[in-house]
Amino acid sequence: MNAVGLYFRYVGVSFRSQMQYRWSTILSTLGVFITLALEFAAIWGLFHRFGTLRGWTLAEVALLYGIVTVGFAMAEGVARGFDMFGNMVRMGDFDRLLLRPRPLALQVAGQELGMHRAGRAIQGAMVLGWAWTSLHLGWQWQLLGLLGLAILGTACLFYGIYILQATYCFWSIQSLEVFSVVTYGASETAQFPMSIYRPWFRRFFTFVMPLAAVTYYPALPLLGRSDGTLRTPTWFGWVSPLIGVAFLLASLWVWRFGVRHYRSTGS
Amino acid sequence: MSAIVVKNLVKTFKVAQRTAGTLGAFAGLFHRRHCTVTALDGISFTIQPGELIGYIGPNGAGKSTTIKILSGILLPDSGQVEVLGLTPWKNRINTVRQLGVVFGQRTQLWWDLPVIESFDLLKDIYNVPPGDYRQRLDELVTLLDLKEFLDVPVRQLSLGQRMRCDIAAALLHGPRILYLDEPTIGLDAVSMLAVRDFIRQLNRQRKLTVILTTHDMDDIEALCQRVLVIHQGHVLSDGSLDELRARFGRERRLIVDLQDEDGVVQDPQATVVRREGRRVTLAFDPAQVPPAALVARVTAAHQVRDLFVENPPIDEIIARIYRSAT
Repeated sequence: MNAVGLYFRYVGVSFRSQMQYRWSTILSTLGVFITLALEFAAIWGLFHRFGTLRGWTLAEVALLYGIVTVGFAMAEGVARGFDMFGNMVRMGDFDRLLLRPRPLALQVAGQELGMHRAGRAIQGAMVLGWAWTSLHLGWQWQLLGLLGLAILGTACLFYGIYILQATYCFWSIQSLEVFSVVTYGASETAQFPMSIYRPWFRRFFTFVMPLAAVTYYPALPLLGRSDGTLRTPTWFGWVSPLIGVAFLLASLWVWRFGVRHYRSTGS
Repeated sequence: MSAIVVKNLVKTFKVAQRTAGTLGAFAGLFHRRHCTVTALDGISFTIQPGELIGYIGPNGAGKSTTIKILSGILLPDSGQVEVLGLTPWKNRINTVRQLGVVFGQRTQLWWDLPVIESFDLLKDIYNVPPGDYRQRLDELVTLLDLKEFLDVPVRQLSLGQRMRCDIAAALLHGPRILYLDEPTIGLDAVSMLAVRDFIRQLNRQRKLTVILTTHDMDDIEALCQRVLVIHQGHVLSDGSLDELRARFGRERRLIVDLQDEDGVVQDPQATVVRREGRRVTLAFDPAQVPPAALVARVTAAHQVRDLFVENPPIDEIIARIYRSAT
């Protein structure tokens, strides 16, 4: 069985494991969904009271919100093995993966499926659907393609961050809340247009953690807007989501250093 | 070709030293002192195909470090290792295909799934051809008597059942070498005997090379033709159990049940090591006093109900080896 086939075998096993706790999974999914629905209701309330945010309407912000939420949910759902990796190292279970004749990243990725994250994906997709219809974006395949690319780029970017978080566990088993700031904090940041933030903050999310590249910049051509401050060309939004894919590949490269460190020091 | 060759294996670990207390933990955030611990200090040995060897030593002696290096998990500082001709840390994937590893303390099975699903997944992980898999599975199910609980989730198994399943799981891909790390820990008498029987059978009939680490000396006595004792990263002794006895515990025990509740046994060439009610245990060196002579003297001097001669328990010998090394 090849790597892709094996990955789906792992996913199937994780799915069946979690179905042993069916109600727990369903209720967590529902819990995530309700929490996020209330969060969006609060945003709706603010727009209802104040109209627009620096010229952005609720529907436009909802588009950003939808992209980042769906992308983040996808990453969270499939990167759970990396998210929980600290436990694995602490319990010594990583050694078992080293005893199996398969690539390590594949085995970690297949460890666990975060099914209750479906709550986030569903809520994000609903907001996205609403935004798309309110903005009358229609069924142009270029725009749908760009939307798909943005979501994929976002998922890859967040997946990369989970891999970096896991890699950090090779050096220290203390969990670092910094990573929650980066994942959850970033997903909340990207719900709003980058243009409302201060320049240094915007630069951080463009060049260090390229969040703007996968959400804000591809949203500009979708909305027919241009970037007022950084003055990037319009075509940039069409290719910038690929930066998220590059980030994921770079994270995997760093991960290999972590594995090498673990195998020479033990833990 | 030897199954395993280990030459001058050295492995050190850097350990962060922490100062005690909350303040110390805080200070550790900024400045850490490291010290180097030598886990393996130049270990060498060779294992031939089909051998069943006991790899023993006190806690922290370097047993699991050796096993981890032999299976490609850890890289050594220096030294050479060949496992079936491969260097494990350079050839992790090809080496582990040939290895089965059982850790008694933890399972490799998927906790929430029926046993058979774990087996099926392992088949795919190791790419076992369906025909081979079918045949091995049938055989293991029969030999280890797994039939009744193949469909039970692993978390519901008893420890003995789980251990048998874990051993089967380690053998599904047909490894040529098996590492067993405390396979009988915590098992009841019946399961323990079943596990030992099975290991013996694997080794004798299938010529599987087995390395067994354990603290249970009955395991060693029941199974191992050869025992490797390590302590503080050195090989202390390497040989058969009889050789070990000859070197470290030549003495023998004469156990006597007296007729008389408070009889006193004295002999110039034996020492009383234990006294429990009517039972007296005497230690003597068979090279100095022939057992028959001692028995004759004791029975002449006392009213004896029963007596027997035995070797000192292997635990005591091992404990003596450890003590002599420190």
